[in-house]
Amino acid sequence: MANLGFKIIEATRSASQSIAAHGLRSFLTTLGVIIGVASVIGVVSVVQGFSASITQEFDGMGTNVINIESYTPRKASLQGLYATLGYDDMIEIKHRVKGISNVTPTVSICGSNAVISYRGESTDTMVVGSASTYQKLYAVYPEAGRFFNLSDDKSRRRVAVLGPSIITKVNIQGDPIGQYISISGEWFKIIGIAEKRGKLFGFDQDDFILLPYSTTRALLGGAEEPDISIGLQVDDMQMIEQIKQQLKNVLRRNHNLGKDAADDFKIATANQMLETFNQIIGSTTVVLAGIVGISLLVGGIGIMNIMLVSVTERTREIGIHKALGATRFDILLQFLIEAVFLCLLGGLIGLVLGFGAGSLISSATGLPEATVPLWAVFLAFGFSAGTGLIFGIVPAFKAANLDPIDALRYE
Amino acid sequence: MSPVETVIQLRSIAKHYTMGGEGFYALQGIDLDIYLNDYMAVVGSSGSGKSTLMNLLGCLDYPTDGQYHLKGMAVASLDENRLADIRNREIGFIFQNFNLLPRASALQNVMQPLIYRGSPLAERKRRAEDALAMVGLQDRMHHVPNQLSGGQRQRVAIARALVTQPAILLADEPTGNLDSSTTVEIMALFDQLHDDGQTLIIVTHELDIADRCRRVITLKDGRLISDVANSATVISHAKGVGAHG
Ligand SMILES: Nc1ncnc2c1ncn2[C@@H]1O[C@H](COP(=O)(O)OP(=O)(O)O)[C@@H](O)[C@H]1O
Ligand SMILES: [Mg+2]
Repeated sequence: MANLGFKIIEATRSASQSIAAHGLRSFLTTLGVIIGVASVIGVVSVVQGFSASITQEFDGMGTNVINIESYTPRKASLQGLYATLGYDDMIEIKHRVKGISNVTPTVSICGSNAVISYRGESTDTMVVGSASTYQKLYAVYPEAGRFFNLSDDKSRRRVAVLGPSIITKVNIQGDPIGQYISISGEWFKIIGIAEKRGKLFGFDQDDFILLPYSTTRALLGGAEEPDISIGLQVDDMQMIEQIKQQLKNVLRRNHNLGKDAADDFKIATANQMLETFNQIIGSTTVVLAGIVGISLLVGGIGIMNIMLVSVTERTREIGIHKALGATRFDILLQFLIEAVFLCLLGGLIGLVLGFGAGSLISSATGLPEATVPLWAVFLAFGFSAGTGLIFGIVPAFKAANLDPIDALRYE
Repeated sequence: MSPVETVIQLRSIAKHYTMGGEGFYALQGIDLDIYLNDYMAVVGSSGSGKSTLMNLLGCLDYPTDGQYHLKGMAVASLDENRLADIRNREIGFIFQNFNLLPRASALQNVMQPLIYRGSPLAERKRRAEDALAMVGLQDRMHHVPNQLSGGQRQRVAIARALVTQPAILLADEPTGNLDSSTTVEIMALFDQLHDDGQTLIIVTHELDIADRCRRVITLKDGRLISDVANSATVISHAKGVGAHG
């Protein structure tokens, strides 16, 4: 098929000359494809950047972590009955469920935000009470100082581990370790600063304060037990389904739930969260595919339209080519390659513009860096070329089937 | 005398057109033999069917009736691809209005037919340069058609027709758009080609051009009414239709 290769090379050469000869028109012709590919690549690059950093985040969290939270069914919440998880639930789990470790209670103060102040500077932040196992479970290790330990918890010491953003938020001068900070009007000694984790979805993950659980409990006061969440680690991932079932049994029994009653808690694994996230990404991709389809259809029709005009315009020229010995196939190939070439050019411009727009959006909104995966590049070019082929075929056949003498006589 | 090779043989050729329900014959009952190294003029009043005949000979159009043999091949039996190949290899066609590719340079125009026979770029270039040099345009190779005079454009067209070394050169009123001095130059070129052994058929309505040719056929209302040899120096063909001078 050396002959076909030769023909393709020659057709490409002359297609590029023809495209260059009509620079502005060629550009306008491919505008549909450019916009289509650019918008898709723009969105894909942002979503992929997102997705890559989320996946990384989940990996850091560990897929063997299970989180349990209270869950109030809608019907109950209408009756004013709110489900809670209590410290006793955690104790039960610790004692009854085997094959787990680092069972950790977490309670947040004042809903989620508490007022903190330091030397006249005040702001609010997320204050969370938890156990010493928190650091192992969620891999929040101190950058400076230390994490609180069992004895801090037991003696309800007023000690705090700060997320690194707090230092700048309240403008702590000098070494923070050993200094005091006020949380909801009570004074706490800073014993540790957590490692920096950066932003996710535009949220600062370093804007928090961790306190020992029992200290927090005392701070909250009141007779009513707070609603906590429980985190734990599964030792053997093979066992995760059995452990989830055991957790469910223990909690249902502890909550005295009847046979027909729904769970008043939710058990979530990091894997599940990742799956949910992937589902969201998946459906975004489907919507994107729709956009690609529509924009390439519109772009393709535009190309077909202009190519048909161009065939009419070049009727005489086609006649000359035929008089010089061009076969139907030569003419067909020439016009098809011209259409594909135009679309690929549009695809390339669209790719560059889309990636540029994606990067701009990501950096302007503080989202993770935009990335264009290789599959998206191939897909963009593949679809562009396909559009050229499909919508170029009608004009190409029209050109190829021209009768030499009719074409030469065309005025 | 050695037997003369027949390049083209037409028998009972007819071309029928229907326009607005009315039909008429642009060509009718044409019998014609064209021999190797013929230098033939086709004359006749406007509308007599000269261009129709040339287009049939050039395989750009097809007859409604009759047989056309080109170098022994029955043209009617050939498929599209073979016809394209014949237009490429056997025929060099020169038009009154030049029919150059407008955006292509002289060189690219002359190289174009060689693409269709698969010649590689370097060979195309060399042969096109030779052909342009032969018509005296070696220093106008990179000009596009609208940077060239009428005579120069026709020379490019002649170079393009010759570059494939066709069996037969067909020219339909090649000097119709040219002034008289340019006409003389082009005709000198044709004389030269004839001397080099080329077979030429030239449509013209100018008598002094017809006079230069060795054979003149006359069409009238689609019929061949005379076929004369112009000069005693040329062999008079045994099978020619009509009178022999
Ligand atoms: N495509 C066509 N359809 C109908 N009639 C045609 C067509 N081409 C040529 N004719 C007619 O055929 C006759 C011969 O035309 P042509 O061969 O061009 O004459 P010439 O070249 O001798 O002036 C003319 O009457 C012309 O009008
Ligand atoms: Mg004519």
